[in-house]
Amino acid sequence: MTDVGINAPELGRVSEISIETLAGPKKRARKEAAIRSFFFFAASVSVLISVLIVGSLMKETWTFVSEVDWSVTWGEIGWFPRQGLYDMPTLLVSSLIVTIVAMLVAGPLGLGSAIYLSEYASKRTRKFLKPILEVLAGVPSVVLGFFALVFISPQVIERIGRNGWLVIGALIIVVYLMLVLGWARQLVRREAGTELSTQVKRVMVLTLLVASALILIWWVNGVAGSSDPEAANFFTVKGSGQLAAAAVGVGILTIPLVASVSEDALASVPDELRQASAGLGARKMTTTVQVVLPAAVSGIVAAFIIGVSRAMGETMVVFLAGGAADQAEFTASPFDGGMTMTAAMASLATGTDSVVGEALTFQSLFFVGSVLFLITLALNIVASRFVNRVREKY
Amino acid sequence: MVEANPPIDEIAKGVRMSIDSSDMAPAAALDTPEQISADDLVFDVSDLSVYYGDFRAVRDVNMLIKRKEITALIGPSGCGKSTVLRSFNRMNDLIPTARVEGDLLYRGVDLYDPRVDPVEVRRRIGMVFQKPNPFPKSIYDNVAYGPRVAGKKKGLDDVVESSLKKAALWDEVKDRLQESAIGMSGGQQQRLSIARAIASDPEVLLMDEPCSALDPIATARIEELMAELKDEYTILIVTHNMQQAARVSDRTAFFSVQVDEANDRRTGLLVEYTNTEKLFSNPDDERTENYITGRFG
Amino acid sequence: MVASTLGNNGAKARVEDEIFGRGRDLRGSGFRTLLLSCLGVSLLVLVVLMVQVVSDGWSVLSTRPIDFLTGVLRSQPGDDALGISQGLVGSFWIAVFVTFLAFPVGIAAAVYLEEYAKQNRVTTIIDTAVRNLAGVPSVVYGLLGLFLLVKGSKYTNWLFVHPFNWFWKLFKDEAAFQGQSTLIAGGMTLAILVLPIVIITAAEAIRAVPSSLRQGAYGVGATKWDVIRTQVLPYAAPGILTGTLLSLSRAIGEAAPLILVGAITGRLAPRESVLSGIGSFTEQFADKFTAMPIVIVGWIRQPGETFQPAAGAAIVVLLILVIAMNSVAVALRNYFEKKRG
Repeated sequence: MTDVGINAPELGRVSEISIETLAGPKKRARKEAAIRSFFFFAASVSVLISVLIVGSLMKETWTFVSEVDWSVTWGEIGWFPRQGLYDMPTLLVSSLIVTIVAMLVAGPLGLGSAIYLSEYASKRTRKFLKPILEVLAGVPSVVLGFFALVFISPQVIERIGRNGWLVIGALIIVVYLMLVLGWARQLVRREAGTELSTQVKRVMVLTLLVASALILIWWVNGVAGSSDPEAANFFTVKGSGQLAAAAVGVGILTIPLVASVSEDALASVPDELRQASAGLGARKMTTTVQVVLPAAVSGIVAAFIIGVSRAMGETMVVFLAGGAADQAEFTASPFDGGMTMTAAMASLATGTDSVVGEALTFQSLFFVGSVLFLITLALNIVASRFVNRVREKY
Repeated sequence: MVEANPPIDEIAKGVRMSIDSSDMAPAAALDTPEQISADDLVFDVSDLSVYYGDFRAVRDVNMLIKRKEITALIGPSGCGKSTVLRSFNRMNDLIPTARVEGDLLYRGVDLYDPRVDPVEVRRRIGMVFQKPNPFPKSIYDNVAYGPRVAGKKKGLDDVVESSLKKAALWDEVKDRLQESAIGMSGGQQQRLSIARAIASDPEVLLMDEPCSALDPIATARIEELMAELKDEYTILIVTHNMQQAARVSDRTAFFSVQVDEANDRRTGLLVEYTNTEKLFSNPDDERTENYITGRFG
Repeated sequence: MVASTLGNNGAKARVEDEIFGRGRDLRGSGFRTLLLSCLGVSLLVLVVLMVQVVSDGWSVLSTRPIDFLTGVLRSQPGDDALGISQGLVGSFWIAVFVTFLAFPVGIAAAVYLEEYAKQNRVTTIIDTAVRNLAGVPSVVYGLLGLFLLVKGSKYTNWLFVHPFNWFWKLFKDEAAFQGQSTLIAGGMTLAILVLPIVIITAAEAIRAVPSSLRQGAYGVGATKWDVIRTQVLPYAAPGILTGTLLSLSRAIGEAAPLILVGAITGRLAPRESVLSGIGSFTEQFADKFTAMPIVIVGWIRQPGETFQPAAGAAIVVLLILVIAMNSVAVALRNYFEKKRG
């Protein structure tokens, strides 16, 4: 061992190696680069598909938009593509009705299931209960369409009947009003930081009373206002398929989705919050309602928006059980047969004469598709904002 | 922090004991790092800094590392000793924002030269991690992994056997080479990790707190093993345990943390790098003295 | 014990009441019951649904189960030859398409996103594309298939039709796929439909691979591809398999895109439409086609209730297929989750 200082490079370093030794074989570098390009190509297929979707929607939509007489797309009696009447409100209102009713089913049931699974169920009971939702999530939509047509429509919607739905509708509206008022009251109280003045309270009670009175009048008008108790009104149930039956079917399909997104949101709430609340002597229910749910609210909102988007895009159930084939008159009643955007698309596609029929029928399919695509895209973007907010928080 | 605050004389005794009980050259014969012969020089680190994005995690690292010695990196948490260790075989490349400045010469070649392939570097400079991380494969496949990815297909049995022998694991596992490595004890798993690293036939072994997840008996075996491996390999070890550094290493680098009051950022820096015995008995820097006597960190 | 310190039974009862909250939290247990009943409703719906379809299909399933499986589409509900064989064959081929197109591309895309992608604009674009595609309604995918594969044009044919014809010519003399409502169009559309699901589930499975495995492999000089091949993919395999099985069952149950792809071209004579397409095994591959959900839709849409038993029976078969696939997927996931603790 020669004891030479490090600052004597002239003696040479026998242990030195050349940079080529560490550069590695060129072949390996090329192989790795090729593999990387393959994976990148696979990943970019999604971008290609997105572009293709937008592109293929745009071409025919543009033809429709530039050639259609706009008067037939608004304020017509309904959606009669073969007669060249493309009334969009018919489809939009039906889609809205189906979405709202579906969310009335899927929202509470999905969220309730999620809360139970996340907050209450032990690991063992979870193992038995979770598969219910997983099986439900796997049921194909045609099956739900069949079920809605042969069971929900005759056994639930028609059996409850006009008067039954009148009562249920009134109840739903009252509950909704109470919720909104309660929420507004809390909001005002939080803003003011103090108890509400009796005056505001009085205004609220008055509003509630007026609302109830209006509902009562509406009800009386519907049931007894006409001399004929069987006379058709908003709640009259049409036979063989209604929007409501289809919507309940759509709602059932949406339950697992709402449940799983909400459950993720609840699971992301840190356990410390629950323990802190429990440590202050709060009961489980209090902890859940006042601590966990508010903490997970962004995710739950996201779950609902994703549910709305899914419900709006659901096709087969409405196509089979919505109560309209090929064409539909405008309706605002869930108990009537109607045609959503999706059902209209499926109907257009099944009719063999749709292309030879009216000139723009084929293009209208793409136009409706574009509208649906834009609405669901907007909803999904909003939902992912909410999901990201949860991620940032915890 | 019982371990971190031992009385100074006990450490010194530890050093002496370890020197007495092993066949190391007497401490007096060890040249200081500045005197390492160019022939024996494996790493030449000058003005090395490691950044994570804009944040400089470690700065001013200057070290010369000698062949077939054990060099220990010690210091309080967050002083960047693991970061420095990982820059020796470019494991920091796996962190997207990590970036290195300064020179890190391995046998005269700048490891961060753009022409250098990190894969090639890691085959010559192996690594053993803090937590034993056996692959979910058989013991045999774990050890044969390195040679296999290097394209070796023949003679794997011999490599596996000799690596396991060097890692002092052969006798325990020779009858169950095809069993999963997941079922082994923590100490065995860590020795398996060492065997796995050896199997690639590296020149240098980097050990990132290899004993922190082990019990004292398993730790003693790993330390024994390191003393044996020193005959063939250059070893760099990061350890939390000062006694361990004192027991096993020839030279020790002490890292410390500097806190920037303005933004509360902690930057690690190399305070002192010298022969282990000197560092623990008669450090030059006051901060080293404070640390090893337990007055700091 | 409490009693001894208090020396008073009444006080003991009171303390016990307070500690155990005996008979207090009525609202809490009501709330709990309410939540549980949400799951109960789902269960109830499932049970009623099963009972309904089985009882509807029972007359067919009990009298001629084999004939029904081997039979073909007919216009008379009582026809002895009526059955679902064409639907089963179509669904099988769709599964083949999904397996060979969507799985490799989807898994590879997931590997790119998890192992290769750096934080940059391109990655953000790909990520956004995948997430938005997952939310696109299935019927819109039908429009894509209709536009690209069925209607076709000079450019889209070059991209999507010619490669298939080239492939097809290896086996047959003439070009088979002219850009019509063929199985190729249907299969490709559904492969595209499930692609984002495959990517998302595979990426999740890959994310669950412990980084210590990657580090260990890199530490002994493995290249990126070595790490992916020997560590990441083997470890993530069960999770990826679960995701692919779920997306396969989704593809088999999906009807809306097939309706759009399959029936719009006016060139098809009504008797040969999707709903009554007749063809041999191989002809169907590049010919008009049907699939299980389309068979069901066709029967439900028949006027009256004459086809209801057949629809019910076909639904039973489809449900068995889909639920079996899902159960295998879920069981697989649970098994490996348990195994890894």
